Amino acid sequence: MQDMKIEDLASDNYEETQLTFFDAKQRKIFYTEIETEFPEGCLIVSRTDLNGIITHVNKSFVMMSGFTEEELIGQPQCILRHPFMPPAAFADLWETIQKKEKWHGYVKNLRKDGGFYWVYATVIPNIRNNKIISYTSVRRMPSAKKVAECIERYPTLF
Amino acid sequence: MSYTMTISPDFKPDLISGWYIFNTWLQKQSDVAIHINLVNDFSELAQCIDNDSIDLIYANPCDIAKLVREKSFEALVKPVGVHDETVVITHADNPINAIESLKPSLKLAMTDVPDVNTMGTIMLEPADINSCDIEAIICSNYITVAKKVVAGEADIGFLLADAYNEFSSLVKKQVKPLITSKIDVLHHALLLGPNLQDKKSLLQKCLIMMADDTKGMAILNSMEIEKWELMEQDEAEILIDLIDTLSPYSN
Repeated sequence: MQDMKIEDLASDNYEETQLTFFDAKQRKIFYTEIETEFPEGCLIVSRTDLNGIITHVNKSFVMMSGFTEEELIGQPQCILRHPFMPPAAFADLWETIQKKEKWHGYVKNLRKDGGFYWVYATVIPNIRNNKIISYTSVRRMPSAKKVAECIERYPTLF
Repeated sequence: MSYTMTISPDFKPDLISGWYIFNTWLQKQSDVAIHINLVNDFSELAQCIDNDSIDLIYANPCDIAKLVREKSFEALVKPVGVHDETVVITHADNPINAIESLKPSLKLAMTDVPDVNTMGTIMLEPADINSCDIEAIICSNYITVAKKVVAGEADIGFLLADAYNEFSSLVKKQVKPLITSKIDVLHHALLLGPNLQDKKSLLQKCLIMMADDTKGMAILNSMEIEKWELMEQDEAEILIDLIDTLSPYSN
């Protein structure tokens, strides 16, 4: 996964950090405080393979992420990982779905332009003949109250 | 041998004749004897599915999981460009203009149409309202949902967006939409059961070519369908996964 590019950012007022993922890969992140509101009535839908590589995205995913569909397909889902999110949340996600269970959670996602958007995410394993073949993720508009709680709680989970 | 077709009970009543003409057309084109058995509601449909008394069905996306996973149905075709979307309405005079302003202990008028109710429930989540916060008033059709809201018997109502769009201006003046889904991924589909599986290619061919024929096109128009397109089994599986993801009750 490529590092973010300063020329893609929507603002000159940004912070920089280095994220390390579960597989020890690293990515340079630039992020701003610019929030994109979740569009009313929409759902962000994606599918990944067993390694978390994106295989399908819908129009809302493309619009909210700021990437093109071509840029997203073949990339790991963690291209959306925002440094605000505690790694424990994603560890819980993977542990849950690998047990063939549904995972829910509130997630702050990173856009290509360094901005962010909050979602209420549900991820399920796609099971065929009792084997997980892929994962489906649906993200929708979160409750403002729940987001406010996460803004308080997530920094304590690092 | 005669086979039985049914149509998900959420179809518009004024399209009944179109479906009967469609059935006659399909029998002539395929030389397969098919009898239409209409059901009154989703509980009667569930009984028919349980009793294995259906061979061909125009199914609501929420019924596709059971049909495919438990009853070995296969995807045949889907209507081009037709998606199911939901509108949440309230009374026109209600000072509330956004979902986020709704409070728990809501009276909700709804039909038994499962995908509309699933989408509607999801759209209440930003207000922290879940099924425990709702008193549901089950209605037999969408106009009754609107009437309950207009009469003040319900605070909000769930409607299929197409049904709301076809309401008279008189009804529309008395209600207002709080939110409309733009999901773009849920749709009905024509599925065939195990007894008809040897006729799958034949039926698919007839249906795909239906819009190429003047008479076929006229029948499609009477069902408010532009044309049929092939639906792969994997697409049905993806739809099922999506419904599973959205369902508040599945694990």
